[in-house]
Formats: sequence, C-alpha cells, structure tokens
Amino acid sequence: MDLLERIQKIAGNNMVETAPDGRVVLNMGPSHPAMHGIVRIYLELDGEKVVNSDVEIGYLHRGFEKTCETVNYNQVVPYTDRLNYVSPFINNVGYALAVEKLMGIDTPERCSYIRVIMSEISRITDHLTCIGANAMELGAFTVYFYLINAREELYKLSDSVAGGRITPNYTRVGGLAKDLPEGFEQDAEAVLLKLEKNLSDSEKLLSRNRIFYDRLKDTGKITREEAISYSFTGPMLRACGVDYDVRKDSPYLVYDRFNFEIPICEDCDNYARYLVRIEEIKQSVSIIRQALKQLPKGPISNESYGVSLPPKEQVYSNIEALMAHFKLTFEGPKPPRGEVYFPVEGGNGELGFYIVSDGTHRPWRVRVRPPCFPLTSALSRLIKGGYVADIIATFGQLNMIGGELER
Amino acid sequence: MKEEVLKKRFNVEIRKSGCGQDFAYCRKEDLLEIAGCLKNDLKFAFLIDLTCVDYKGYPGRETMPRFEMVYHFYAHDTRERMTLKVPVEETSPNIDSLTPLWRAADWYEREVYDMYGIHFTGHKDLRRILMYEEFKGHPLRKDYPLKARQPRIPHED
Repeated sequence: MDLLERIQKIAGNNMVETAPDGRVVLNMGPSHPAMHGIVRIYLELDGEKVVNSDVEIGYLHRGFEKTCETVNYNQVVPYTDRLNYVSPFINNVGYALAVEKLMGIDTPERCSYIRVIMSEISRITDHLTCIGANAMELGAFTVYFYLINAREELYKLSDSVAGGRITPNYTRVGGLAKDLPEGFEQDAEAVLLKLEKNLSDSEKLLSRNRIFYDRLKDTGKITREEAISYSFTGPMLRACGVDYDVRKDSPYLVYDRFNFEIPICEDCDNYARYLVRIEEIKQSVSIIRQALKQLPKGPISNESYGVSLPPKEQVYSNIEALMAHFKLTFEGPKPPRGEVYFPVEGGNGELGFYIVSDGTHRPWRVRVRPPCFPLTSALSRLIKGGYVADIIATFGQLNMIGGELER
Repeated sequence: MKEEVLKKRFNVEIRKSGCGQDFAYCRKEDLLEIAGCLKNDLKFAFLIDLTCVDYKGYPGRETMPRFEMVYHFYAHDTRERMTLKVPVEETSPNIDSLTPLWRAADWYEREVYDMYGIHFTGHKDLRRILMYEEFKGHPLRKDYPLKARQPRIPHED
C-alpha cells in the first residue's frame, strides 16, 4: 500500500513530520484519549483535512478464539464476557444460543425471557456508553455524568442478578447460572424510571444543542450502498436507512412476542447514528417492561442430565444424577459433530458465533463475528475528506469496542 | 430457489450440518463466479462474515483438504442466509480474494491471512492485522502451540 510506505518513509516513528509537498503526516494513538485506548491512525493531512489514513489495530488481541479451543463449552462463557465488555449479557446469550442450537436442545420459557431482559439491559448500557463518551469527547461533560450514572444503576441491577457488574458470566449451555433475585421487578422499574429521566435530560442538552449538532451533522457520511458493501450492521446501518435488525429478521428467544419498532434514519451521518441510538434505548426499555409483565414462572435450565447440573438433592439420592454431575463437572456438555452459525443482535450490530464441533467436550473452532470489526474497517473511508476534529465525532459514534474488535 | 440456481450453474453441493443448517460446498476455482452470482443475481448483498477452519487432526478427515474457508452471506430483501464452504489444500494455501465484490472482505481476509496463512489472490493490501509484522507463524493453525512464546521485538525510537 503506497500510503503506508509513504507514511513510514516520511515519518519513521516520529509523531509529526512535514512532507516535501507540504502535507503533514500525523500519528494519532494508540495512547490518545479519544482513541479509546487501542487504535492507531496514521493520518496524512492537507492543512486540517484528512487526505489519507491507515488504521492499525491489534493492541488488545488476546487470542480468544485460540483459547476457546482448549477449554470446554461452559468454560468459554466467562471469556465471552470480555468480548464486548459494555454489553456482556448479549455475548453470553449469543454463545449459549449457538451451542444450544448445535446440541439441538431447548431452554425453558422463563430462561428465554430472562435472557431477553438481560440482553436489553446490555443494549441500553452499550448505547449509553457510546452516546455519553461521544458527548464528553465533544465537550458535553454533564451529559456524560447523567448517562453514566444511569448506566451505573443498570450495572448494579446486573450485579444483583449475576454477581458481576461487567463480567456477569451468567448463561450456561442449556440455561442460566441462577434465577432473578427477589424483588427484581420493582428494582428494575425504579432503575428504568431513573434512566428515562436522565435520558430525557441528556436529550434536552444534546439533540438541539448548536455545538453538538454542528459537530455531528454531515460528518462521517457514507452512502447506503457503501455501508452494505462494508457489511455494516446495527445502528450504523440503520442510520443509513436499512431496517436490518436480527431481532426482527430472524427472531430468536421470544422477541417475536414483543411490540417494538426498529428506528431508522436516512441521513447516513453521525447525527443520524446518535438519533437511532437514543430511540433504540427507548425501545429496549419498552421491551424490558413487556417482558417483565409476561415473565412466566418455572425452571431456568434445561433439566436433561447431559446438559445442566442436576439439583444437589438428586445427586445425593439418585445414581443417574450422580453420574451426570460427575460427567458434567469433569467434561462438560458434548455437542454432536457438526457446525453452526448463530447470529444475535448485539449493541453494535450482528454478533454471530460460528462453532465447529468434533463431538468432544471441547469446541474445535469458535469464531466470533464481531459487529464493530467491519465498522472499524470503514473508519479510513468515513474520515477521508473531513477535518481532524471530525475524527473524534465519527470514531465515537462508531462505538469501537476493543475487546470484541481484536478478541 | 438459490439452491437450484447454484446447483444448476456451478454444481454446488449442499450438505446439512449437524443441526439442520444448510452449508453449500464449492471448488475454489469457482468461488469468485459464485460470489458474483450471489451478490448480483440472487441479491445476497451482505458478506456477513468470512473465516477459515483448520481441520488438521479432525477425526475422519485425514484425506480431505486441511483448510476450509467459510463465507456467510445475507440477503436482506428475502431475509435469507447462506453459508458457502470452500476447501483449500495445505500445499497451495491460496484462494481468490472477494475484495473486488465487497469492501468488508478487505479486513476479514487480512485477518484470515494473519491467523491461518491463507493467501488471497487479488487482495491489494494483504498484511497482518492483529499480530505484528515480525510475528512468525500463524497462531490459529492447529500446529501452532497454545503457549508458544516469541522473542520480543526491539523498540524503535
């Protein structure tokens, strides 16, 4: 690639260098407050305009996929927490659904409802982080606190359910680690009310704010065709006017029982992405309320012996349960040979798990389709032709999450 | 519909995976043509994912090609999904790049090259993406040890 060669020739590893033609080569990141820690962009600038750029990732690669091949199916669940660490439940749920599909087992209704509720809580925390951090980087610090306070309440709620704020490790193959705590409905309602208040306050501060609007409007533009070609999904695609949402298009769990809308916007710019996210939070709140109202009673795990641990009383009184307990503890569930691709709607778009099984208790291959990988691959295209200051707005609305981008 | 078209035009074989999903298999020489047909004639506008699987040591596959490329497509108009698998021999680990058809293929293919060492013919910028340039080997291959350590590279000032 001639840009990279050119950049390396001119700049070496210096931070700033001026080329003979007056263009400036600037290195942005990986240690840069707006690069969210781990992305480096080589920029070729003409004045303040970005002429060319090269995005370098890989600073947070931890070998998730390799590690998954060496542990059993349930031991992968805590690793999935660390993929998209602002919406961990969705990763847990997506992985569990993929393995369950591979094994051909069902889960009880209550389990599906709880999974929906926790996924939607995760979606809200994801969007709150994205909007809050984006607003903060553009100077609206108050909004950041409003939204992050609301997120903290949701994290506390997750903590009460799963025992972890951001690393819940909540699903198991065939069910859940534990049931909802006493009084969850009331707690959730209180948190949702606070969220709605903080969100409406933030909206008043942001949506028609001159500075915020000017920074987001018409920046980071991309056409619908290009967005599809880059394989955009999630809010970024819906802000380009395509109503693709896995929850509606190939419904999983019990999403087909709820009444909700897929917000779209035709403007294809950062402001459209912001509006889509705000509206999606409201839809998620509505889904959580409907799910809590319909929440059935019953078991939370598939009770067949090959899948989830039998209750302790049975282990001590029944030989089959004792054997199942032993086998599951030492080996874990064993899906038959085969392969599966299962997509769910993550905070940033389609989160897919592709799992190949060789019939043993360890997966042969686990591939994650991280929604922000294709988004980040388009970053060069999104910032081309814009100003340096627009990079901050665009990168913020891209909502790149290092954990899932680099696995 | 898509099955008939693919079977008739390209002799694609469709097999059921263990859990009832359809996986289409084709020869790697036909890949570009099939992908073009999927995109333009069958309206599979999204290249959702692209990855590779190393089957070295997989029971019952001793005589079959070591690698299989996996392509997931999605057609938003008909809400259809489709998975295409393409075997790749260990002796000639190369395959046509899909970058002329989808821009998303650019980084996906770089990742597969990085992790598996598959070369993509026609890819204009094939370099490592997650690992660093000096890294030796391809970490997701089954013969790359889990705990292998590589010497640190000197820091350039």
